Amino acid sequence: MRLGTALSLAVVALLVAAGPMAACGGLIGPNGAVNLLRTTTLAGYHDGVEHYVTAFQFAGGGGSFGSITPLPGIPTAVEKGGDWTLQRLVRETSPAPPFAAAVGQSRDAAEELLKVRIDALDLTVLRGGAAEIGQWAKEHGFRLPPDAPEVLEFYAGRSPIFLAAAFDGDAAAARGQQLGDGTPVHLTIPTDAPWVPLRILGLGKAAEERIEADVFLLTDQRPNVLPTPIGRNGLELAYSEAASQPLLDDLRSDRGMGWIPTSGWLTKIAIDASADQLTFDLAISADGGRPSRVDAGFELASTGAGTDQNLRGAIALLVVALGAALALSFVLGRPAAGPMRPV
Amino acid sequence: MRLPRAQRWLPVVAAVLAIGAIGSAFAIAAARAGEPAEIRIRYSAFAPATIRAQAGRPIEIVLHNDDPIDHEWIVGDAASHERHRNGTEQAHDARPTEITVPAGEVRRTTVTFEVPGTYTFICHLPGHEAYGMVGRLIVRP
Repeated sequence: MRLGTALSLAVVALLVAAGPMAACGGLIGPNGAVNLLRTTTLAGYHDGVEHYVTAFQFAGGGGSFGSITPLPGIPTAVEKGGDWTLQRLVRETSPAPPFAAAVGQSRDAAEELLKVRIDALDLTVLRGGAAEIGQWAKEHGFRLPPDAPEVLEFYAGRSPIFLAAAFDGDAAAARGQQLGDGTPVHLTIPTDAPWVPLRILGLGKAAEERIEADVFLLTDQRPNVLPTPIGRNGLELAYSEAASQPLLDDLRSDRGMGWIPTSGWLTKIAIDASADQLTFDLAISADGGRPSRVDAGFELASTGAGTDQNLRGAIALLVVALGAALALSFVLGRPAAGPMRPV
Repeated sequence: MRLPRAQRWLPVVAAVLAIGAIGSAFAIAAARAGEPAEIRIRYSAFAPATIRAQAGRPIEIVLHNDDPIDHEWIVGDAASHERHRNGTEQAHDARPTEITVPAGEVRRTTVTFEVPGTYTFICHLPGHEAYGMVGRLIVRP
């Protein structure tokens, strides 16, 4: 059954109105302005390609503002996403959807790999380290929040690819976009290591602020994820079943969703965490193996530089230990003070 | 004759310890002579977060911004900070107590405090003070 666009947008608007206006992801609004919401995300993985579908929702305000999202690889395509894919997933996994659950949710220049305009959204795929991304944001009139240096470095160390989304509030208003209207975006990312950025959701937030979001995974078989959703870590496994045929047929009939396989496993992970709790990403193993600790952000990627650093650290420790041993031997080797005693 | 492994390390150890000792001595001497106070900014935090100066004597402060975003170093009393919390200036460079340090750059300033006391230095860019970009400058009599 194909869902009507009007119906799905109405549902989104209602969810936004009913839910908390929080859960902004990776915002870089000028002067700290926060007026772009990100709600649900689908990370589908099939034939070595991650399909990342997310919606940027207009939350009012003029001027321009934006967000930044780290990516696991360089997208081959950034295009407007299906009109109702995300809503269909919400409906599939929440038969009686609680409104609040679906929302809330050297100094070289950064290399612009891809630029796309979708509705009132200017999307740029960037390659660069933390310094380059910071410079790019500044040159484009955005101010990164104070936690950005640490967060950008966290990502740039393992995948220096970012999606910058600049939302033109005036253009959105001119287009007649209403509060809560979403612009779905679909990124096609070839990668052998899919992961979903979670830590970025806390960018610009106070430590105790809540982050609520839904992440849907559609994989060929039941995936293993890291960290394991156990509730107290802010991640809860809300749904995990073989994807129904009607769902797959519905998704496949939406715009740009022809990649949907004939069978698959649907997982929904509900995020309800404080900003300082989300210090990791969601690593996915879609073939039954162990998800990567590096992709989850628990370990640094091993690089030549890291190895050199370890070596230097080991040598420094050795020097300190030898110094201590030398000093000890010097002290112990001294003749005892005081009068000599017969042996 | 080949020395035992431990003995072969001895010259290295001695050299390292000697360099460390000489370096420490120089550092102490420099501080005594009123050399520049170095403040590094990384991950939106000042390090060190406390520096000391002497009343009536100029102190040069070198600000290294290692972050990919701009920061400010504004030192003063409570009233001046309150003014900056509601200020609209995009950048500061006209007063020695108000310095904008662009991403990845270094700025120097020299300030003199006539009145002893504890002053605070703060980055007043939006959200930075709340994030913890606050330090103390203690001026001794």
